[in-house]
Parts: sequence; structure tokens; C-alpha cells
Amino acid sequence: MKEFQKGKMVPMPSTALIPERDLGKIPVLECIHVGIEFGGLKAVEDFNFTIGKTEIAGLIGPNGAGKTTVFNLLTRVYTPTHGTIMIDGQDTKGKTTVQLSKMGVARTFQNIRLFSDMTVEDNVRVGLHNRMKYTTASGILRLPSYWKKEKESHERAMELLSIFDMQDMAGLKAGNLPYGAQRRLEIVRALATEPKLLLLDEPAAGMNPNETGELMENIVKIRDEFQIAVLLIEHDMKLVMGICEGICVLNFGKIIAKGTAEEIQSNPEVIKAYLGNNSMEG
Amino acid sequence: MKKGLKINKTATKDYITYLVVIAAFIIITFMNRGGMLNKRMQGLLVPVCCYIVMAISLNLTVGIMGELSLGHAGFMSLGAFTGVVVSQSLITAIPNDVIRLVISLAAGAVVAAVGGFLIGLPVLRLRGDYLAIVTLAFGEIIMDVINCLIVGHDSEGLHVIFNFRGDKTVADLNLAEGGSAIIKGAQGAVGTKTIATFTAGFIIIMITLFVVLNFVRSRSGRAVLAIRDNRIAAESVGVDVMKHKMIAFVISTTLAGMAGALYGLNFNMISADKFNFNTSILVLVFVVLGGLGNILGSIIAATVLYILPEVLRGLQDYRMLIYAVVLIVVMITTNNPKVRGLFLKIIPKRNKTEGGEAQ
Ligand SMILES: Nc1ncnc2c1ncn2[C@@H]1O[C@H](COP(=O)(O)OP(=O)(O)O)[C@@H](O)[C@H]1O
Ligand SMILES: [Mg+2]
Repeated sequence: MKEFQKGKMVPMPSTALIPERDLGKIPVLECIHVGIEFGGLKAVEDFNFTIGKTEIAGLIGPNGAGKTTVFNLLTRVYTPTHGTIMIDGQDTKGKTTVQLSKMGVARTFQNIRLFSDMTVEDNVRVGLHNRMKYTTASGILRLPSYWKKEKESHERAMELLSIFDMQDMAGLKAGNLPYGAQRRLEIVRALATEPKLLLLDEPAAGMNPNETGELMENIVKIRDEFQIAVLLIEHDMKLVMGICEGICVLNFGKIIAKGTAEEIQSNPEVIKAYLGNNSMEG
Repeated sequence: MKKGLKINKTATKDYITYLVVIAAFIIITFMNRGGMLNKRMQGLLVPVCCYIVMAISLNLTVGIMGELSLGHAGFMSLGAFTGVVVSQSLITAIPNDVIRLVISLAAGAVVAAVGGFLIGLPVLRLRGDYLAIVTLAFGEIIMDVINCLIVGHDSEGLHVIFNFRGDKTVADLNLAEGGSAIIKGAQGAVGTKTIATFTAGFIIIMITLFVVLNFVRSRSGRAVLAIRDNRIAAESVGVDVMKHKMIAFVISTTLAGMAGALYGLNFNMISADKFNFNTSILVLVFVVLGGLGNILGSIIAATVLYILPEVLRGLQDYRMLIYAVVLIVVMITTNNPKVRGLFLKIIPKRNKTEGGEAQ
């Protein structure tokens, strides 16, 4: 794997000493009794969860357990019917998806959602939407601020693409990329928003073991370089157990276990509900 | 390296579009000076420019934003009657036709912008094809409203009656000596001093190209493209969907208003029925056949399909046959990427052909 291009990669200063865990005084994410019902079906119930500033956490559980629903709650695609979600100490009550992006939550999707008709670079530039701003009028009239910001966002996009060594693909149509590259591009686009918390929904799905191995290294690198927290949903236990400092197991919308990889692996309830018949998957 | 190629590609495409328009303008101007255009063709020059602007601006809503609008002619109508009223009432104050034309076009654009904003405000926050329904209704309502308007101008200023019951006439305006009616209800605008010129038509096409192409290559334009591709993903990276759709839609209606104003000032009589549902559909046909999101395609489709029925009038029996064949050819050349690529390569030849077709 290539080294990152050094330079302006770190979006915000941090005092964290990597790889030492820094939970900080204020956790980046705090969920208190969070729940949502869909017409009586409790898809997520009494979800209590905390992630520290530069922590990598895993969310696992069988299909239909409610993992993606948790992401949709954290990004306000769904409004929780119960509980409180705090991002970096701020309550998210009444906020929209767009406001949550501005507050520092970025995500990828289980079913890839790229801007498939746009180029790879433009996908990343849309991610930079709130970081490289100029008015529509200066864009149409091509005032100096347009040229300056366009140049900056091009440089920034290339820099971000270099995380996965994807600079060469910048001009290609995103929809034409191979599957693994599409997943990586989604991560790059999410990073462009300069998040504090990165949510990855099954990032290794459909990847071969080599790609998965590289992805693992890259997730850790991203955390170290950007000093952000990562919450990932994944069925590949090698990946989850390999890089997650804290793991949360969900079954039928409820948390059945929380803890380190070792604790989870030896938890009888988790083995019964999930690992027992699923540990070899992916 | 790839990046450089890409920028050049889009920029080249834009330059080609500008070049085609400029070349066509020069060729047609010379043909006109050389007496090669008959009266009927000369009469088509301004309208065709207006319809090109209509097609490009509708392409912004339909092709680039991906929302269906069935009332684009309504915004053209707003611009047309605003332009006529402004121009006619300023005739003595501003005798210079060019300055008055510029002011009238600007006024038409502003009123259509406000109209677009008011329509967009409730509709663009909804998901689904509500814009189609509301713009359809808007087009019809605007037509009815203007059919009820009686407007006149005299030394005291503008006089406006809303002829709701249909029992009022111009006499009810009580115009002072020397005053004149500008809009006479269902008869529409009458006695308009025609100040539209082909050069003005060319300039509004260039303005439209400049605005639309630069918009699409800007931050806001990319946001609009992203929303069309995947709304949920766009929101997840912090794109304010409502705001950027609104910007695109208002730009689209503003340009339609400008085109309408020029159109209105090209005829000494024009009624609101001219801007009916059929006109909206006609422009939509230009956009769809020219290729969604394809600006050069819109220009070519609007030109060919607007002028062709007139040119073929002499051929009587074969007219509809040739029209159908041309429709299919336009569809294939502008929508198929491969044919389009080939077509872009032979663009210098294409310029001449186009000039020829306009003959
Ligand atoms: N919008 C919705 N309406 C109704 N039910 C939903 C909705 N979204 C998710 N669910 C239900 O919530 C449960 C959890 O789904 P999901 O979060 O996608 O599971 P997973 O853990 O596999 O990601 C499923 O039973 C699903 O049917
Ligand atoms: Mg899921």
C-alpha cells in the first residue's frame, strides 16, 4: 500500500497520540436510549452507545438486526422515535441530514450510492460542497473566487483520492469503476466532508481477501491521519476483530453485547445469535 | 494526466457549442445581407433564437436537474407581456430602441424569475413529479390571467384593469389624450412597436449559453447533477437539495422570461394563447430530441424542428414524411453517444450544412 501524500491531510488538530485510544472528555457520538418503530415494528430499541474521538468501533449482527437503521438514525435519514443522539456534545434533535453532515457525520452506503454519471473527481468535489464554497453568481461569472476555489478543490480531491491511490481514475465515470473501487470512492467522498465520525456500512462487501486486507490497513490509516472516529458495520469477522477497538452486537434491534474483540468472541449469547453460524462468512 | 484530458473535453465541448452559434450567426447575417433569405425566413430569425433559448433553459430543468416541467411557455408568457408593457410605456421616456429593448428583456427576466421562485418554493421541497403538475397548471392559469388583463398607458402612467367578468373594455381604462392600450384582454398585446432584432436574439443565446454552461461547471451545478444522480447520497454529504434545485429552476425560468420578452417585442400583435400547453410541449420535444443535458443538441433540435415545417411548406405532400425522417435523424445523432462523437468530429462541415438548412 502506498504512503499518503503528506501535507494538508489532517483537517483538524488533535492532541491524540495514536495508536493510543483517546476517548476524550466529550465522546464524538453518544446514543442514549435511542429507538425507532416502523408501524409497531421496533427496528431499533434502547440503543445506548458511545464512541470516543479517535476510536474504531464495530457494529455487527445478523441480517435484519437493525444495523443500517442505526446509521440512518445517526444521519437523520430517519428521525428516532425515542432517545437522544449527541454528536461531539451537541444534541441532534430537530436536525436534518444536511445539518448532520455539517456537524461532522459522514457515511457510506450498504448499497453503493455514488453519483454514477459524474466523474470520480466530481464525486469527491460534491463531497467538498461545504468545505470549498463560493457563490453561484461568482461561479457563473467566473470571478476570482471561482478560479481559486476550483483549483483548491481539484487539489484537495486529488489528495483525498491518493488515500486509495485512485488519482489515475479521476476522470473516469464513477458508475464504470470496478466494484471495490466504487466502495473506496464512497469512503473518499465521505472523507471530503471532513467528518468527525465516519460511518462505513459493510465496506468490505464484495471485496476479495487482498482488497479487504488493504482496506483494513487503510481504515486504520485514515483514523490515524485524520484523527476521526470510525463506526463500521461488517460481516467479515477478520476485519472487525482485527481493527475494532470496541464492538457492539445487535440482534432484533437490541444490543446483546458490547466490548472488546476478545470479550465478544467468547460471549455465549453472541455465539448463539450470530458468530456460531456466521463466523466463517465473508 | 487524465484530469487534464477531462477538463479539455468538457471545455472543448463548450467551445464547440459557442462556435456553432457564432458561426451560424455570421453565416445567416451574410446570407441575409446578400438577399438570400426570403421574407418568411427573415421573419423566423428572431422566433428561432427565442425558441433556442427556451430549449436550452428547459434543458437545465429537465435534462440537468431531472425534473419535468410542462409549463415553460408560461414563463415565456410572463416575460413576453412584461417586456411589451415595459417597452410600450417607456416609448416616450426612452426613445432609443436598443436601450429600451435591454430594459424590457431585463424586466421580463426578473418577473419570470419571481414567478419561478414562487412556483419552486412549495413544489421543489416535495419528492416526486409535482413540478410537472404545478407547472402545467401554472401555464394554463397565466394564460387565463393575461386574457383578462387590460393595460394601457398615458401621461399619468400605467392603467390596469383585471377584466374578471369579461364586461370591461379599453374605454374603461379612462386613458388621457394621447394614451394608448397595450394589452386588450383576450386580443393580447396590440400595436406593439417591434424592436426585437436578430442580433439581440444572437446575444440572448450567447448569454443563455454562458449562464447555463458556467452554472453546470460550478459548485452549485455539480450539486444539482449530484441530486439528480442520487438525492440521498447528495444529502449525506451536506448538499442542500431544495436550495440548489431552486437556483437551477429560477435560472431556467429567468432565461425563459428573457426569451419571452424578445419574442413579444418581435410582433405588433400577440395573444396569451400563443404560449399555451402546445408551446410548452413543443419546447419539451426540442429538449428530449436534442438529448437530455445536451445543450448543443437542444440548439440544433430547436433550429431544425422550428424552421423545417416552414421550409417544407412548398413541398406539400412530402412535408410530413421529411419532417418525420428529420425527427428520427435528430434523435439518433443527439442521443446516441457514438453517433454524437462522430458528429462532433465533423462539426466544421456541420456548420455549413446548418447554414444551408436555414436557407
Ligand atoms: N423504512 C423502513 N420501514 C419499515 N421497516 C424498516 C425500514 N427500514 C428498516 N426496516 C426494518 O428494520 C429492520 C432492520 O433492517 P436493517 O437496519 O436494514 O438491517 P441490517 O442489520 O441488515 O442492516 C428490518 O426488519 C427492516 O425490514
Ligand atoms: Mg444493512
